Amino acid sequence: MSNLFDLLVAGLATGAIYALVAVGFTLLWQTSQTINFAQGEFVMLPAFLMLAAMHAGAPFWLAIILGILLSMILLGLAFKMLLVDPMMRHGVLPLAIATMALAIGIKEAVKQFFSAEASPFPSIVPTGDISILGHAVSLQSIGVLGVAILAVLGLTTLLNRTSLGHQMQAAAQNPTVARIIGVPVERMILLTFLINAFLVALASLLITPIYLAKFSSGEVLGQAAFIAAIVGGFNQVRGAIAGGLLIGVLDNLAAAYVSTQYRAAVPMIFLIAVILFRPQGLLGRAEERTV
Amino acid sequence: MKSTLLAGALLAFATATSVHAQAIKLADVAELSGGGATVGTNWKNGIDLAIEEINAKGGVLGRKLEVTHADSQSNPGVARAQVQKALDAEPYVLLGPGYSGSVKVTAPLAAEAGIAQIMGGEAAELTQAGNKFLFRTSFGQQSSMPKVAKYIHDEMKAKTVAVVWVNNDFGRGGRDVVVKELDRLGSKVVADLSTEAGQADFAADVGKIKAANPDAVFVYLNEEESARILKELKRQGVTAPLMGETTLIGQKVIELAGEAANGARGHVGLTTDAPVDLIKAFREKFSKKYNYVPDHNGLKGYLAVYMVKATTEKMGKVDPKKFADTLHGLTIKAADEPGILMDVTFSDTGDIDRQSFLVEVVEGKQVVKQVLPKVK
Repeated sequence: MSNLFDLLVAGLATGAIYALVAVGFTLLWQTSQTINFAQGEFVMLPAFLMLAAMHAGAPFWLAIILGILLSMILLGLAFKMLLVDPMMRHGVLPLAIATMALAIGIKEAVKQFFSAEASPFPSIVPTGDISILGHAVSLQSIGVLGVAILAVLGLTTLLNRTSLGHQMQAAAQNPTVARIIGVPVERMILLTFLINAFLVALASLLITPIYLAKFSSGEVLGQAAFIAAIVGGFNQVRGAIAGGLLIGVLDNLAAAYVSTQYRAAVPMIFLIAVILFRPQGLLGRAEERTV
Repeated sequence: MKSTLLAGALLAFATATSVHAQAIKLADVAELSGGGATVGTNWKNGIDLAIEEINAKGGVLGRKLEVTHADSQSNPGVARAQVQKALDAEPYVLLGPGYSGSVKVTAPLAAEAGIAQIMGGEAAELTQAGNKFLFRTSFGQQSSMPKVAKYIHDEMKAKTVAVVWVNNDFGRGGRDVVVKELDRLGSKVVADLSTEAGQADFAADVGKIKAANPDAVFVYLNEEESARILKELKRQGVTAPLMGETTLIGQKVIELAGEAANGARGHVGLTTDAPVDLIKAFREKFSKKYNYVPDHNGLKGYLAVYMVKATTEKMGKVDPKKFADTLHGLTIKAADEPGILMDVTFSDTGDIDRQSFLVEVVEGKQVVKQVLPKVK
């Protein structure tokens, strides 16, 4: 029983990070029909930006700020202007393929300019335990979960409770009408790219101390978050959050109770089941598009 | 005038080819990227350092050493293709790879070509297949694992043990020997956990270890995964003593795992922290050249080149066909060849006999707790 509790906590902590990344998937999809297959690499890169800042002599807190700012410029602004905008005109598929190429490009660049070897990365949460319901739970798990929940709460508050959030939703739901009523649609789309970049940088900060900074670490994350977004519902932020947490827990339980070798297969099987029986995702909305 | 020019050109060509022919060509295939990048990079740097030293002192039998490095990408399929390519260039000796799985698929190629292969793999089975051209630079698992099991049983006094291993040739080989030995000694294996190469998340595996509540944990993974599981063991508050091999307490693991590595113990065939003057000198030279402290793979690469030198000097000629025969049964003494660092004897199967060390990580540093002597 104590084992199950530990597995649930660890699964939720990992799942919370998946959720952050999956939310980014849904945000970009909703506002600009972008499926970003480089999302995993977007999580890997900020850690290296922070490490580069630290190597240049910056203290950890400054490196975090610089890393997040640089990520927002590179993975938000530059990504939108240099890749999404020019490719969007050619349709969703060419853009998706371009993001795959970007993923390879980022990975190889990190390998070339940094190292193919893993590097250690400091944790923002101190090591140690606290007792919850008689169980020792690591501060790191609590910290990861806490920061991720705060980020998600902040985002949902922004989207649902502020004028800016309403404008973003309007731009996502019907850009033409939004434009007519005076919503600066382009600026709203850019904002979602910046928010996505902020979320992946945050995910990077939380996951890298555990997974280590390595050029290839985005592969697993990107895939898990993509599955989480589809399982939860690609067009719903709350779906992506639920999907992330679910996949995190499922992955850990599968590793413990099925087999480590088949752990990667279990979320996949779950994904296939969702696509077959509830294609809009667990919390998603059915959507129709003209083809 | 025309004939003078022609003669001059011919002379220049002849000089160029004779200089080229004088160099002894070695081929290295190593894990320069992928999961084994730490292994391969250290191995390669060790080779380069040894060649630089030997060439600076006039080479081997008056001939310079030359090496080409190829990247196996830590993938046995790529390693096989790279080794085939390297053998096509007819090297004197083949160096690498470091991963047992890659050695397993490349060894038949080198044997078929009649070229000696000096490699870093530690899987027990590698030297048990009757290959007459394969040589180790470190202990095979059949030599090291009994020492590990004995330490867990006798010194750690563990009645129950959790065994975590990586599901590849290296991990399986070690796991099989250690589980058999633990069983023979009377320590019970209460958790037998296979993990995947490149695995990032060890929460579930550590959860299982915690549930089994063993007296000791034997960890046998590659370096990066070792660091990740050490962090997770710390995160989940597992307090049972940890025992492993070189891959648990190597420099890179300590760097990656930070304070989570403290207290981990391991049997080490080679360590740059060994209380041996020649190894200390090697560590200093390596650190100065590459700006980091090498792990045992740096030592392996370095030793591989000095094995080539000592064997060739023993033969008194550069003869790739006789190389393997000469190295079988050869004892190289550090007093005669300082580059070999410690006295070593090669068996007829290509295994080595050398002293080894019992190491513990104390405050981020490897501390040698015991020196285990050469068997013969």
